[in-house]
Amino acid sequence: MIEFRSVTKEFPDGTVAVRDFSLVIPSRRITVLVGSSGSGKTTILRMINRMVDPTSGVIEIDGNDVSTLEPVKLRRSIGYVMQNSGLLPHRKVADNIATVPLLRGVKRKDARVRALELMDAVGLDRSLADRYPSQLSGGQQQRVGVARGLAVDPNILLLDEPFGAVDPLVRAELQQELLRLQHDLDKTVVFVTHDIDEAFLLGHQVVIFKKGGLVAQVGTPQEILADPADEFVAKFIGADRGKRALRVRSEAGRDVLVDSEGRAAGVLVTDDDEAGAVAAASGASAQGDQPR
Amino acid sequence: MNWLIENAGQIWQLTLIHAGLSVPPIIVGLVLSVPIGWLANRYRASRGTVLAIVGILYAVPSLPLFLVLPSIIGTKVLDPANVVISLSIYAVAIMVRTASDAFAAVDVDVLLAATAVGFSTWRRFWSVELPLAGPVLLSGIRVVSVSTISLVSVGSVIGVPSLGYFFLRGFQVGFPLEIGVGIVGTIVIAVVFDLILAGLGRVLMPWTHRRSRRTRVAIRDETPELVEAA
Ligand SMILES: Nc1ncnc2c1ncn2[C@@H]1O[C@H](COP(=O)(O)OP(=O)(O)O)[C@@H](O)[C@H]1O
Ligand SMILES: [Mg+2]
Repeated sequence: MIEFRSVTKEFPDGTVAVRDFSLVIPSRRITVLVGSSGSGKTTILRMINRMVDPTSGVIEIDGNDVSTLEPVKLRRSIGYVMQNSGLLPHRKVADNIATVPLLRGVKRKDARVRALELMDAVGLDRSLADRYPSQLSGGQQQRVGVARGLAVDPNILLLDEPFGAVDPLVRAELQQELLRLQHDLDKTVVFVTHDIDEAFLLGHQVVIFKKGGLVAQVGTPQEILADPADEFVAKFIGADRGKRALRVRSEAGRDVLVDSEGRAAGVLVTDDDEAGAVAAASGASAQGDQPR
Repeated sequence: MNWLIENAGQIWQLTLIHAGLSVPPIIVGLVLSVPIGWLANRYRASRGTVLAIVGILYAVPSLPLFLVLPSIIGTKVLDPANVVISLSIYAVAIMVRTASDAFAAVDVDVLLAATAVGFSTWRRFWSVELPLAGPVLLSGIRVVSVSTISLVSVGSVIGVPSLGYFFLRGFQVGFPLEIGVGIVGTIVIAVVFDLILAGLGRVLMPWTHRRSRRTRVAIRDETPELVEAA
């Protein structure tokens, strides 16, 4: 568990990036920090591994105040993945993944074996092991970044807009991989994004920020959708429009859900009705496939 | 032609001496400019001052420096050390600016990521900053190498032997072949040094030679991923 207690960060130039921020980040769950650019998300993330030290307040990891921990050692025990991967351009893929184990003094051979296993885990072909990062696609580079973050089997994984720069199809795939990895490996994940869809897809707990590191709302995606705390949140999550604002319309005796533009989004089923709906849906699509 | 054959021994000897005098300033230039350039880049406020000082150093004419140096550091007038030390000063003067640029050109995101995964400042310097500054440092040291090799000739004027000796005497006695030997010999040394430096660069920085494949490889690899995702 990671806990922020009344944390404020004022940079030397007077910018208050985070103001009186308190949050409990539960273990073995994905917590997503979401908000527009400049709202202090990166600063909060970096205070966990002491890349940034708070001006006031306390940050604890499993009850230990991070300010009492040695920064370099702390960082080696926490996975960190950032946008544009931050890979070392002069090291081959396998060496990049093995960076932290090598820093910790693991033998080269053992580190490489582990790196190759991690490549499997994040869906990278082993044949890429001896490439340089510049010889990989953006999506592959991010996978290497994630593999590097996992290399020391950390309990905590910090990700700062890791999929922000890859194209939407690859992003969707990487998001699914992350969900799978978290499910399999049970890490405490703190994920930063400015994309609310990504936040709702990945987050067990979602924290929505306003400017200046002020929290607008904390909750599960369901809680936030069901009851936006204020006008700002409602607007930010788009509760009043598009695919989030669904209306029920009766169509051929069934309740069909349509979005704000009138496009069909699905049908309304009750829990014990579900099996029947699936059958109906597959029947409909089979019909649609018939040649005319 | 006869002259060449008769003097082959001396030509070879002076070539070796010339090359030998050129090596220490190049090494000193690299070794001193790296920490100075790093500090100038790290502490931005100092950068202007440091660059101004090295700029002034470089403006000092070489011949007077050769002559004045003995009285400053107490060497003999004919001591080759005067040439080596003077040229080291020029090498540092040229290299500090390049070294500062080289460190400034290292991607800050990469440095940040290195810190984030647990490199200490010291470790990060040796394993990340220095290698990534390498290509620009190399280009700077190649310039220093050429400039040093040509400046060594000037030492002949004050009597420190080098290929400049042929150059000087050729002029005195009006013998173009001898002048030619001085010039060609200097160029040959410069080319050989440059090839060695470029070769070292290839060996020490293998990643800089894989770049050209980037686009092709990236396009080929993106495709299966897109198909997979779809
Ligand atoms: N090192 C710094 N010095 C001064 N201001 C900073 C620094 N880092 C971030 N900031 C400022 O703090 C605010 C929050 O930044 P950041 O945490 O990066 O936000 P986000 O990640 O949500 O975009 C911004 O106004 C930003 O300009
Ligand atoms: Mg950010």
